[in-house]
Amino acid sequence: MAKQTAATAPALKPPQVRLSKINRPGRFTPYVLLVPAIVVLLVALAYPVGWQIVTSLQHYGLKQQFGQPPEFVGAENYLSIFSDVQIWAVIIRSILFCLVNAVLTVVIGVLLSLLMNAVTKTARLVLQISLLFAWAMPVVAAMTVWLWLFNWHHGVVNWLLGDSFTGHNWLEDPLSFFMVATIIVVWMSVPFVAFSVYAGLTQVSGEVLEAAQLDGADGFKRFTNIILPMIRPVLMIVFLLQIIWDLRVFTQIQMLQDAGADYTSTNLLGTFIYRTGVGAGDFGMAAAMSVFVLILTMALSAPYVRSLIKEEG
Amino acid sequence: MAANTAKDPLRPGKAFASVFAILIGLAWVFPVYWMFSSSLLPNMTLTSSTPTFFPFGGSLANFEAVFAGGTFFTALRNSLVVTLLAVAFCLLFAFCAALAISRYKFKGRTSFVLAILFIQMLPAEGLFIAQYKMMSSMNLLNNVIGLAILYTAAVVPFTVWMLRGFVAGIPADLEEAAMVDGCTRTQAFFKITFPLLAPGLVASGVYAFLQAWNEFTIALVIMSEESVRTLPLWLRTFIQASATRETDWGQVMAASTLVAVPVIVFFLIVQGRLTSGLVAGAVKG
Repeated sequence: MAKQTAATAPALKPPQVRLSKINRPGRFTPYVLLVPAIVVLLVALAYPVGWQIVTSLQHYGLKQQFGQPPEFVGAENYLSIFSDVQIWAVIIRSILFCLVNAVLTVVIGVLLSLLMNAVTKTARLVLQISLLFAWAMPVVAAMTVWLWLFNWHHGVVNWLLGDSFTGHNWLEDPLSFFMVATIIVVWMSVPFVAFSVYAGLTQVSGEVLEAAQLDGADGFKRFTNIILPMIRPVLMIVFLLQIIWDLRVFTQIQMLQDAGADYTSTNLLGTFIYRTGVGAGDFGMAAAMSVFVLILTMALSAPYVRSLIKEEG
Repeated sequence: MAANTAKDPLRPGKAFASVFAILIGLAWVFPVYWMFSSSLLPNMTLTSSTPTFFPFGGSLANFEAVFAGGTFFTALRNSLVVTLLAVAFCLLFAFCAALAISRYKFKGRTSFVLAILFIQMLPAEGLFIAQYKMMSSMNLLNNVIGLAILYTAAVVPFTVWMLRGFVAGIPADLEEAAMVDGCTRTQAFFKITFPLLAPGLVASGVYAFLQAWNEFTIALVIMSEESVRTLPLWLRTFIQASATRETDWGQVMAASTLVAVPVIVFFLIVQGRLTSGLVAGAVKG
């Protein structure tokens, strides 16, 4: 835009001196402007990433905490990640949990956005405001409410399910622990998907849909042949973001464990790293696991970043 | 599609779908309602064998009990200090960076944009071990400034990206016109561009506020001492206690309400901008 103005401006005959000043600001100005942001990112993020990569190649346990120099062991930490059955269980559990949650969130989100599109204005408003409230809840406050709802003595859930569930402890069995976690994560994540997809739906032309209806396409056909292709870009992005976000789920699992569940059978990547590092003091292994999580996330983020750049043009 | 729905009178299908949508909405908001409702009821009522669904005859006694405990105000102060520091740093740093990438062409611009987009995706869960060790070696464990620095770094990337859009939306022509009329570059910027940017700064500031206020993971790792706990950590102690002994759920819900209300208010203000910021590209088609 600046270039365009520069080309047309001289014809207006304004004072020439000032214009040349406009087009030639200090050459270093942009770099100076970037310094604070770059410094804080280097200190708080780049340095830890570097430390983590180095430490992941070392034996760095409790002895090193007390001053012994760490011993360089190459890829040993990584090899033990992939040979440890317990760690494999954590990785597989995390990936499964992430996929189930992401798919459920997107499917329910799309269904709710279609519902928003098909109802009266009042009904849509009620649904949207409700979803906004759920979305706005701070995750820790949401966790306390859900733990209260699933409380085994006095929780509403057990009361609703009737006599056979009186005193049922949902967090005892790993499977029902993850069911509760899934309900909570999906509850929190669906609003973002529903609103994003609904924004996409409002762009679908009513005329095209009407034409399709006149040509005899039923609701399902209109969805798969017209609506779905139009909202595919939005769907891809929200699905990708859900996968990235659900892979790193930490607060929910940590707080469900706090409420009295067995750690070893319910750890996901985040809580496992926390317990290995901060809990047990094995920083070498924790660092190697963290590097693994970072690489996984970066690989998954690439398509998202590409789409953001493409939009930039 | 909007035209299509507006034209029809209320068909039975649509009426049914509308009732269904309202029911789903009510079910979805129920946990939030339940937090407010329970916060007003005494523990006796909450632990009776049938739940009380409407807080008739409720009182603010639970809130008074939470305030009387004293720990709430310590946590509130910690949260406020950390959050405000993070928001201030973040706005200042991100604003400068956004200005640089949207108003100047320079070598390394594209690399910087790419870098912040990737950094924005870095999960706290993949970094907290290293951040913990770093803070411990710098003697910044249990220090609000240390936590504020980590929060700033976590929020700056997305804020730069968000502000860049706002800065780019204000045509540089406006500034140039002012300069033609005799303003200096700095004057032109502060008199013309800056006021137009105010909504963008507010939105980004609220975003940073929400992130720092709600953050749990890094705080859990860095702030282990009771005197420096932020509100999310303070709220967690109620849950930890519930594992071993009978909990006063009325008080826990009052505490949760206190943490949630400012967030809900702020969130409702900026929600639209956040959604469009995250998926704008895909929606535009």
